[in-house]
Amino acid sequence: MYDVLIIGGGVCGAAVAMYLSKYDIKCALLEKENDIAMGTTKANSGIVHAGYDPEPDTLMARLNVRGSELTEELCKKLSVPYKKTGSLVVAFDSKDEAHIRKLYDRGMENGVRGMELLDKESLFELEPNLSEKAVGALYAPSAAVVNPWRFCIAMCETAAENGVEFYLDSEVTSIEKINGCFAVTAGGRTFDTKYIINAAGIYADDVASLVGARDFEIKASKGQYFLLDKTQSGLVNTVVFQCPTEKGKGVLVSPTADGNIIVGPNAESGNERDDVSTTREGLDFVAAEAAKTTSKINYRENIRSFSGLRANSDKSDFIIGESDLCRHFINVAGIKSPGLSSAAAIGEYVAELIADCGLIMTEKEQWNYPAPKVRFNELSNVEKERLCKENPKYGNVVCRCNLITEGEILDALDSKIKPRTLDGIKRRAGSGMGRCQGGFCGPRVHEIIANYYNIPMEEVLLDKNGSYIVCGKVGGEE
Amino acid sequence: MKELVCIVCPRGCHLQVDENTLEVIGNSCEKGAEYGKNEISNPLRTVTASVAVEGGIHPRLAVRTNRAVPKGKMFEIMNVLHSFKAYSPIKRGDVLIENVCNTGADIIASRDI
Amino acid sequence: MINCDIAVIGAGPAGLAAAVAAYNAGVKDIIVIERDKEAGGILNQCIHNGFGLHRFGEELSGPEYAGRYIDMLKETDIKLKLKTMVLSIDNKVISAVSEENGFEQIKAKAIILAMGCRERNRGPISVPGDRGSGVFSAGCAQRYLNIEGYLVGKRVVILGSGDIGLIMARRMTLEGAKVLAVAEIMPFTNGLSRNVAQCLDDFGIPLYLSHTVTDVIGDGRIEGIVISQVDESMKPIKGTEKRFDCDTLLLSVGLVPENELTRGAGIEIDPRTNGAIVGEDMQTNEAGVFACGNVLHVHDLVDYVSAESERAGISAARFVLSGGAERGAQTAVLNGSNVSYTVPQHFSPEKIEKGIDIFFRVRKKIRLGEIRVESNGIKLAGFKREFLAPGEMQKITVPKVLLDRAEGDITVSAVEIEEAE
Repeated sequence: MYDVLIIGGGVCGAAVAMYLSKYDIKCALLEKENDIAMGTTKANSGIVHAGYDPEPDTLMARLNVRGSELTEELCKKLSVPYKKTGSLVVAFDSKDEAHIRKLYDRGMENGVRGMELLDKESLFELEPNLSEKAVGALYAPSAAVVNPWRFCIAMCETAAENGVEFYLDSEVTSIEKINGCFAVTAGGRTFDTKYIINAAGIYADDVASLVGARDFEIKASKGQYFLLDKTQSGLVNTVVFQCPTEKGKGVLVSPTADGNIIVGPNAESGNERDDVSTTREGLDFVAAEAAKTTSKINYRENIRSFSGLRANSDKSDFIIGESDLCRHFINVAGIKSPGLSSAAAIGEYVAELIADCGLIMTEKEQWNYPAPKVRFNELSNVEKERLCKENPKYGNVVCRCNLITEGEILDALDSKIKPRTLDGIKRRAGSGMGRCQGGFCGPRVHEIIANYYNIPMEEVLLDKNGSYIVCGKVGGEE
Repeated sequence: MKELVCIVCPRGCHLQVDENTLEVIGNSCEKGAEYGKNEISNPLRTVTASVAVEGGIHPRLAVRTNRAVPKGKMFEIMNVLHSFKAYSPIKRGDVLIENVCNTGADIIASRDI
Repeated sequence: MINCDIAVIGAGPAGLAAAVAAYNAGVKDIIVIERDKEAGGILNQCIHNGFGLHRFGEELSGPEYAGRYIDMLKETDIKLKLKTMVLSIDNKVISAVSEENGFEQIKAKAIILAMGCRERNRGPISVPGDRGSGVFSAGCAQRYLNIEGYLVGKRVVILGSGDIGLIMARRMTLEGAKVLAVAEIMPFTNGLSRNVAQCLDDFGIPLYLSHTVTDVIGDGRIEGIVISQVDESMKPIKGTEKRFDCDTLLLSVGLVPENELTRGAGIEIDPRTNGAIVGEDMQTNEAGVFACGNVLHVHDLVDYVSAESERAGISAARFVLSGGAERGAQTAVLNGSNVSYTVPQHFSPEKIEKGIDIFFRVRKKIRLGEIRVESNGIKLAGFKREFLAPGEMQKITVPKVLLDRAEGDITVSAVEIEEAE
């Protein structure tokens, strides 16, 4: 019997798992995909918002501000790429100026620290590449960028290190209530548990249906992005937002925690839940909107276009708490923006909620962060030399764009939560994330995975289930 | 007149071949004229492919026909290559299969392995 | 720290030719650094024929062409360091890493950059749609097929009519895959005409000019793609969509010189070629650093790569033997009408012995044209050429006697001329 079962291995499920791992309880996380961080977590802007956006006295406002503090600390501990870049909301006319003053006031009420209203001159000192039409901006120095999937994976690894069990390829298909407990069927197994955390993202309402507690609806909203090569770093130094218009929230142009530039997203509602395609219209719209911020975006240096789905709901605030319709079933649902910023605080808050529900939670005496992984290219020459002597596999560069070594890929394979796909390795080690997008290192990583698991090349996947890479040997050779 | 792009070399001369007399114009070299004539009477191609190889640094060995073969024989030759296995060491130019599919051409190794 | 006279980065056709030429020019202490487990570079996977007609007077496959240069290298005392990745170049000190030797630094009197190029992928052309597997750059699929022995798919559409894409259309057809179509956004092919003839026409593979991929369908493995016709401004035309049920999309949409090391070393790059700016001796703006082959500008013919790289090798040897020669005044080579770039971008008139080879590409197809070399409004030389196309690199050799008449910078242009009856 588990004490707590978490459904969903996105950044919220990960944070909950990590915070719960601090207590002496039996806990598992179920993920329907073949890896963690596969949904909204891997396809978003990667921003840790300062906290001036949410209406005061909402869960969103409180968890965003708290989450922003926790994330900075956690990323250091977990060696997750994080940069406190600060953010700007740029005003282009008097209407915008009124809007950023409103944001400033709201931020003050929410407890956001260090905000400033900048005039044109100080704005251009900070961001010389902005459109000449900019007249001023709201500057929030506490905003940051984070690598969202690395953040999620690191929290999951920490949870796993401290006893939380992880089950991949485990889609929850039914939940039965028996004697005040739950029997959850997923991936051909049955899990008995006292509590369920529903962190199923886009599918949270479907999961709530399984216990007859669907009192909210998820309305997925797609956003499309460009990701530019590191050659473009320096185009902007901070997260640059526009003021919202009738057409949407306005696209952002921002550095990423890994040193790329991200441009997007648009907002499309009413699309299907598994549709993460990009479209010419969507990308054209993003490019046209981004041009208002700066005309200096070089799309020839785009290395990847992608889409993500926001888990918007029919409620204005996050839906976090025990369901009114089902005891011991705790929703962590409708986690839209600023969800990534709030995730850590959500994990901390949910641990408190469960205790309030009556689960006895004793803090463990021993709780550890996992040992940090080698990032070869970030080391000094002396450290590189030493490391190669210790383990020559760190001398074999596999991904030449990001200079990722075979040693790092093997480390990723040796993780607590084992990746089995090329993209799983990419999300952990960073191989294939550069300008050639795996064109060069793909076949090599492919072979390393096949050798590691001792499986045929045909069985190695790129990403989701079904995404095989090669279909057979030449000439039907056995 | 039939218009052809010469494939003898990357220059890609634009040839015109008289279908009756097999006279070629537009070529820059003798090989081009020969190609033009053949292309009308008996089109020929060099087949390049790979065969399985054991004991080398790669599992496949690049091979080719040592001269052009009738275009219609290409897939027949591919079938032969699919069921062939070579064993390292092999030198560039080594003959692996003689007179493949009775074309008069040999299959030779493209590299040392 | 290892010391040497010349370090060559890359043992593909450019690096091999440069190293051998430098050796034959009198510098014996040469190290060639290669990241792969064997020399030969991309030629090893280019198993098709058509290489070497200019250089060797016969038609060779890629591995055969590479093999000849590898043999030449073996006859020298040049050191070849395999499976070694260069991490950075700083003031002619190369930092490299390998499984065998770990981290090491090599200080060279001269460096020849010969890292080659990489393929443009889905990003820069923003192919929309799902992100399932089955979208490969043509060269990546070629590696799987020709080196590893794996087929990447059974029903294939190819975007882009670059040579690698055309060659792969034939290779995959011969290996039993069905190639459904090749789509090219331009109104003309980017590959060599001979490859359209022998790779597409031979197998009845349709070529859709002025078409591009407007959708990719499939989240696991791709299940289909949609192509649409484009208008003159390259925008897809609604209502012209054609769907193909396929499991594979190959991209052959251009090559980009791989100059991350060059940029990191602070060497000046020409935005037109994406390669270093060089003089007639293939020397970059950093004295003693030379560049040649596809890292400098993307070539169509390896024969030209060899010729250019031999020049770089000889120049590097001279640089070492003369203890770093003076470079002299520079004359710029400017792009005139219909010319998109030239290599070299400048030259030292006093260093020219017999003449200067200028490589360039034209901006549009010209059936009959004249390549004009002018200076200060005076025509120095004219070269009549047929069938000029952006996909085919051009080369002219301007004799020294004509160059000497130049008054300042020279301009190269391609002028369309009326066909004489």
